[in-house]
Amino acid sequence: MAEFHKKIERSTIGFVLAIIGVSSIGGLFEIAPLFTIDDTVEKVEDMRVYTPLELAGRNIYIREGCYACHSQMIRTLRDEVERYGPYSLAAESQYDHPMLWGSKRTGPDLARVGGKYSDAWHVAHLVNPRDVVPESNMPRYAFLERKALKVEDLGAHLAAMKAVGVPYDEEMIAHAAADAQGQAMPGSLMADQVAARYGDETNIRFFDGQRGVVTEMDALVAYLQILGKLTDAAHRQQQQQAALEAP
Amino acid sequence: MIARLTQDERRNALIILGLVALMGAVLGLAGRDDLLGWHGLLIVIFAAGLALPILGALDAPEPTEDRENAYYDDPTRLGILLSMGWAVFGLFMGVWVAALLAWPELTFVDSPWASFGRLRPAHTTGVIFGFGGNALIATSFHVLQRTSRARLSGQLLPWFVLLGYNLFCLLAVTGYFMGITQSKEYAEPEWYADLWLVVVWVAYFLIYVLTLARRKEPHIYVANWYYMAFILVVAVLHIINNLAVPVSFGQVKAYSAFSGVQDAMTQWWYGHNAVAFFLTAGFLGMMYYYLPKRAERPIFSYRMSIVSFWGITFMYLWAGSHHLHYTALPHWVQTLGMTFSVMLLVPSWASAGNALLTLNGAWRKVRDDATLRFMMIAAVFYGLSTFEGSFMAIRAVNSLSHYTDWTIGHVHAGALGWVAMITFGSIYYLVPVMWGRERMYSSALVEVHFWLALLGTLVYVFAMWNSGVIQGLMWRTYDESGSLSYSFVDSLVAMHPYYIARALGGLMFLMGALVGCFNIYMTIRGASASVAQGDRPADPNADRSLVAGE
Repeated sequence: MAEFHKKIERSTIGFVLAIIGVSSIGGLFEIAPLFTIDDTVEKVEDMRVYTPLELAGRNIYIREGCYACHSQMIRTLRDEVERYGPYSLAAESQYDHPMLWGSKRTGPDLARVGGKYSDAWHVAHLVNPRDVVPESNMPRYAFLERKALKVEDLGAHLAAMKAVGVPYDEEMIAHAAADAQGQAMPGSLMADQVAARYGDETNIRFFDGQRGVVTEMDALVAYLQILGKLTDAAHRQQQQQAALEAP
Repeated sequence: MIARLTQDERRNALIILGLVALMGAVLGLAGRDDLLGWHGLLIVIFAAGLALPILGALDAPEPTEDRENAYYDDPTRLGILLSMGWAVFGLFMGVWVAALLAWPELTFVDSPWASFGRLRPAHTTGVIFGFGGNALIATSFHVLQRTSRARLSGQLLPWFVLLGYNLFCLLAVTGYFMGITQSKEYAEPEWYADLWLVVVWVAYFLIYVLTLARRKEPHIYVANWYYMAFILVVAVLHIINNLAVPVSFGQVKAYSAFSGVQDAMTQWWYGHNAVAFFLTAGFLGMMYYYLPKRAERPIFSYRMSIVSFWGITFMYLWAGSHHLHYTALPHWVQTLGMTFSVMLLVPSWASAGNALLTLNGAWRKVRDDATLRFMMIAAVFYGLSTFEGSFMAIRAVNSLSHYTDWTIGHVHAGALGWVAMITFGSIYYLVPVMWGRERMYSSALVEVHFWLALLGTLVYVFAMWNSGVIQGLMWRTYDESGSLSYSFVDSLVAMHPYYIARALGGLMFLMGALVGCFNIYMTIRGASASVAQGDRPADPNADRSLVAGE
């Protein structure tokens, strides 16, 4: 071995090629099949895409680094399922570019936080977490309430998402800005269009509790309230398993 | 530094800087309605700031020294200083974010830039890429020349790599404060910064290959294997993990090409191998040169070096999926990741053992010389944290440790104990050599730094082990009635004392680095970068060759 090695360590190009060859095997075996094996991601019929407002909220979640303390991936462990809900399925994050599974829980998992708390709770919690949870060590995000959401370019965002494989249609892209505003203005003409395009179950509310401008707070709360709600597949699977295990 | 460039080279440097500034201006104009505008401006200012001193010295006399017969160490000198600067910045950010977890109001409340989520990547990028990356570039240039007995290739290329890399770090860190991030851990910078790093990295690779091509040694020394693996694999990881589609060329935001489970696997294939090839391979390169140099003993075993190198290069790339145990990642990938992670212990301990066995016969030096002790302790921590890593990759252990502070403790055992200690040891060896001094200004201060660093690391790691294990246990504890005993908030409250201890550990480590900066400053003050006797590239006509491993 040592003799052979003494030969290759005399050649720069040989050594470079050897490193590339040896190091690429692992990735080829583990990553490439994830794109080709069909059952890696479950087929889910009722999966819907993020609305423009939710996508904007997701981008705020990313911008503020929320993923550093909150995971969005419930593991297949009993205590996690009991604490957070049915374990996460691959299908649930199939439109997440990038995924936000996270790696650390300084705060709790948020994969199924949608619908758990009221909008008002979220707003109060984001303004000052210690007003609602005195022991919390989360930063305050009161500035979100004062910042108007930038909606003009949301169409371009949807188009970029479409380019990486999310099934937005031309209508959605064309009306993205109006839809973002409509979702935070219930009763308006724009709001009806959001429901028509994204489904009747879409949350259409004054998320930040204010009727004026659509703010970043609206977007972030809209996003938090949809987490775990894009499909019911995980709940369905949990029920099926429970039925199988029942005597 | 500029005096060592010919007038033609100075002009070429201006042309390159002009192109960089032009690129910045184009970005800035295209992104004038977006945060990208600020980054365009930053690039222009950066290029202009470098161009000014060159403009002033454009007609200064040509260099007189025989450049082909001297090593090129100016980039290494600046790299060391930049590395220490980033260390202070990155460690300070670390202490700050650590304090924020214990006392969340200890910041500019309600200022977006100063919230934990934006400061934390500034800490990780500051220490990993700022401190670690600059140290790697600086030492790799030094090691490459000495082990090849040839001058570095190119006059401007090394500067392009060092300064271009620091521009990348600046774009990254200033971006986080503004809220520019793609959220991929340790790969947060957006598409334009990523593209720029690719250009810099290609230049870095070219320096390596071209310098090796003119080496006067038949064999490529072990340290260079590691530096080459670092450069090559990081390039592949960086390019694939950062594939993304920008919203427009005038916006910072881009959407990752991958989603969900594929994105998670790609990210942790990147993330774990950033640890392997940035924080391990590169620094092993450092260890394989500076430790035997300082101990004045040859590496213990050539065979162990080979086993260790190819083991690491092959197996690490399989291990990333251990970050995704019990998730929606297919079970077979998790199992493969676990298996290879456990096997990785063999090559890892081969390197740690090789380093420690090299010290046999030099233990007296380890006792007396804090610089060598830095390197020894680094090898010990390398052994400890690779053992811990293999252990934590076992699925059952991971079910407890994942998502908790245990992971943070593990990372810092590696980052503080291994990466930072081997770097400080190497820098303390290198500074007197580079500035033509006999020794550091004060060996007592090196001693102080050593104990602050060791104590800080131990306090930090023990605090995180405790909090991590307690956290993991509290989350899974059931009472007699079969329901969960503790709420999430209960576990958070239990962490508080450990978060305070951790911040103190980090503070000690930071103070050590400040002592180091002072010591380095006093050492190089007034020094005239003179060349040490005998420290020159080989005479091309002389016919003397070293055996491998010498």
